[in-house]
Amino acid sequence: MNRFTKQLLPFCSLIFIISLWTFLEPDTFLSVQNFKNVLSRSSINGIMAAGMTYIIITAGIDLSVGSMLAMCGMIGSVAMLGFSGASLAEITGGSYVEMTSGTMIMGSLVGIAVGGLCGFANGMLITRLKLAPFIVTLGMMSIFRGAAYLMNDGKPFAVSDYAWLDIGTVAGIPSAVLLFFAVLGAAGFVLKYTPFGRYTYAIGSNVETAFHAGIDVNKVLVTIYTVAGICVGLAAMITTSRASTSQPTAGLALELDIIAAVIIGGCSPSGGKGTMTGTVIGTLLISFLRNGLTLLDVSTNIQLVVIGGIILLAVTTDQIATKREK
Amino acid sequence: MPQTSGQLRMEGIGKVFGPVVALQDVTFCARPGTVHALCGENGAGKSTLMKILAGVHPPDSGRVLLDGTEITFEHPGAALDAGVSMLYQELDLAEDLTVYENIFLGSEITSSIPFVIDRSAMIQRTREICQQYGFEVDPTSLIKTLTTGQCQIVELLKALQRQAKIIVMDEPTSSLSEAEANRLFEVIGTLKKRGLTIIYISHRMDEVKLLADEISVLRDGRLVGTDSADRMDIPALVKMMVGRDLVDFYPTRDVKLGTVYFQAYSLASDEGIRDISFDVHEGEIVGMAGLVGAGRSELARAIAGVQPLMRGSVLVKGKTVKIKTPSDAIKQGIAFLTEDRKRTGLCVNLPCSWNMTLPNYERIGMKKFLKLRKEQQLCERFGEKVSVKWSGASAPANSLSGGNQQKVLISKWLMADSEFMIFDEPTRGIDVGAKQEVYLLLNELASQGKAIMMISSELPELFGVCDRILVMRRGRLVGDFNTPETSPEEIMHLAAVED
Repeated sequence: MNRFTKQLLPFCSLIFIISLWTFLEPDTFLSVQNFKNVLSRSSINGIMAAGMTYIIITAGIDLSVGSMLAMCGMIGSVAMLGFSGASLAEITGGSYVEMTSGTMIMGSLVGIAVGGLCGFANGMLITRLKLAPFIVTLGMMSIFRGAAYLMNDGKPFAVSDYAWLDIGTVAGIPSAVLLFFAVLGAAGFVLKYTPFGRYTYAIGSNVETAFHAGIDVNKVLVTIYTVAGICVGLAAMITTSRASTSQPTAGLALELDIIAAVIIGGCSPSGGKGTMTGTVIGTLLISFLRNGLTLLDVSTNIQLVVIGGIILLAVTTDQIATKREK
Repeated sequence: MPQTSGQLRMEGIGKVFGPVVALQDVTFCARPGTVHALCGENGAGKSTLMKILAGVHPPDSGRVLLDGTEITFEHPGAALDAGVSMLYQELDLAEDLTVYENIFLGSEITSSIPFVIDRSAMIQRTREICQQYGFEVDPTSLIKTLTTGQCQIVELLKALQRQAKIIVMDEPTSSLSEAEANRLFEVIGTLKKRGLTIIYISHRMDEVKLLADEISVLRDGRLVGTDSADRMDIPALVKMMVGRDLVDFYPTRDVKLGTVYFQAYSLASDEGIRDISFDVHEGEIVGMAGLVGAGRSELARAIAGVQPLMRGSVLVKGKTVKIKTPSDAIKQGIAFLTEDRKRTGLCVNLPCSWNMTLPNYERIGMKKFLKLRKEQQLCERFGEKVSVKWSGASAPANSLSGGNQQKVLISKWLMADSEFMIFDEPTRGIDVGAKQEVYLLLNELASQGKAIMMISSELPELFGVCDRILVMRRGRLVGDFNTPETSPEEIMHLAAVED
């Protein structure tokens, strides 16, 4: 198995899955509406996976993204409600509050900014205190989730008017899908065509060499974690918009899906390897897999088992291919 | 013909890896109580032959006889049980364990209670072996607190604990200082006297000459010859290895000194260098001699901004410059080629081209965006300049041989327009032919007007290549000579002997 076929493998698996579902469920699966659904569902995971790709290429990991998503959504919603002039009782009570697009945009920006701050905190702890990313983000995962629950005593915030970020369309394409393409496209471009992208690979491949080559390793890492946080913030606002509420339980165990998508897409947890195209394919693969299984009435419990198996399979084939190369 | 009966006999060994014939009809014998040196350039098949002996690879043809009986090792463990121990170039000891724990790793002595290890018995046994062979190692010290030389002794202890009859040493002195190497040679003498069979692989001809009773030379997978050591001299040996004469092993220096490029005044750093002042001219190659631990690499680290300076000042072209990070040094045209290519020099799993451009995007006009095709062409061109052998600039660095990786590293800093290049042990672990190419390259760079500093633990190399030799001892500069005005003895004396 050479490098080329190795990169092709996730793509072939995606084609295989789509063909399989087409064969098994031709009517429901093969409709424009269903594909739109899958894409729209992929958008949240895909945007988060873009940041995670950078983190994993630097040989890091971010376990806090699921909780961060919940907290950003909660804070963004509160800001939105606050800007719209709702009283404290209205906010906590979940009653209908009328919102203008101005306040919604401002609230969304707050949610996204909170994501950036969370990511920045992760990055600073990892680089300044020289703590392992796994430990830092494990701690943060708990802190963010706790904060999300604390905000409204475990209850959600209702933002009934806030739907456009998810279902609003530009030229017939849902805005969430557009954001998905825009974020992934930009992230892919930076990774492949800028020095910053190369620094990312170099740090993951050999951090000492990167340092000796004059790269400000800490700055690059903090930037990566911060931008990854911004991606989570954006995903959080799409999630909130989709449900018209922000749930403190949002994104439970979501980090696993995100990491899985990135790994299936060909990133190596030991760093220095991976592409954004791979991450897009990995994300779509998981989404189509879940979609098809749902259409076939397979329970979500079994879906978990299947996805776990796919991750192990992806990592195993990658390992075998790497060995053969040597 | 030399004697062909003995403890070890490998007969007509052949081995093929895919399209590559690694070994062809090689017959190799080694007798107990002798040191048999195995010489050859990188890729000549030395390692493959030894890996067959150690049970790592099965041979495609031929047979291995140990004490007259044919043996087949299915796996390395079987070879160990039969008394064949390998000491690889890169030591594999568990850093966080103690000496005795490493020695008994996998063969722990258990006490009367099953599964419970008997610490004191193991420590006692380690002491016994140490005494028997005259080693001075504390069984309970942690590996990470030991010097490389001591670690090698631990590897030996490990082999002796397993009742090794044959010990294979692959380039054991490549990371040792001269004094440590001498100590190892004494140990090898002891082992020999005790009747062990030593197979010694080395690129260093003087060592081979000093230690070996017999020498076998491999070239391109074939045995070129075996003879007793006193019947071979170094030039003949080198000729057998490379298949050509190396009359001018070191290039002739045609020195045209320019102005002073680099000046250091009373440098000191946290890593123990003290009050160091020297200068390097354009077009000059300055050697840095000293024992391992004398502070040579630490000085280089301070100059290159890897470890910040505590005191002192650095002048580039007469102007004081502040160097706090590697990036500051690179901007001043200072390049530091570290001794450890894999750990600090290259990102080995990334393409050669990525490695070469990594510190240079601004200089090659790609500060904001990369131009992938232009990058590729540029790297191919720089690769050609140093005649690197690769399948292309996009090949991952770890697909290249050590010598070629070194060339990729050099071209990375050439692309950075470095004017002052510090080479830390640039020829470590590369073969004779590749070494000569590195010397030629250094010479070429100097003649282009670059200022060069070369740290090396091989005195002949310093004398062959450098215009001036500085000597360090315990973090201080203790000597500064024009090469023709000094001798290896004087340098060694300064480096190793306290006043």
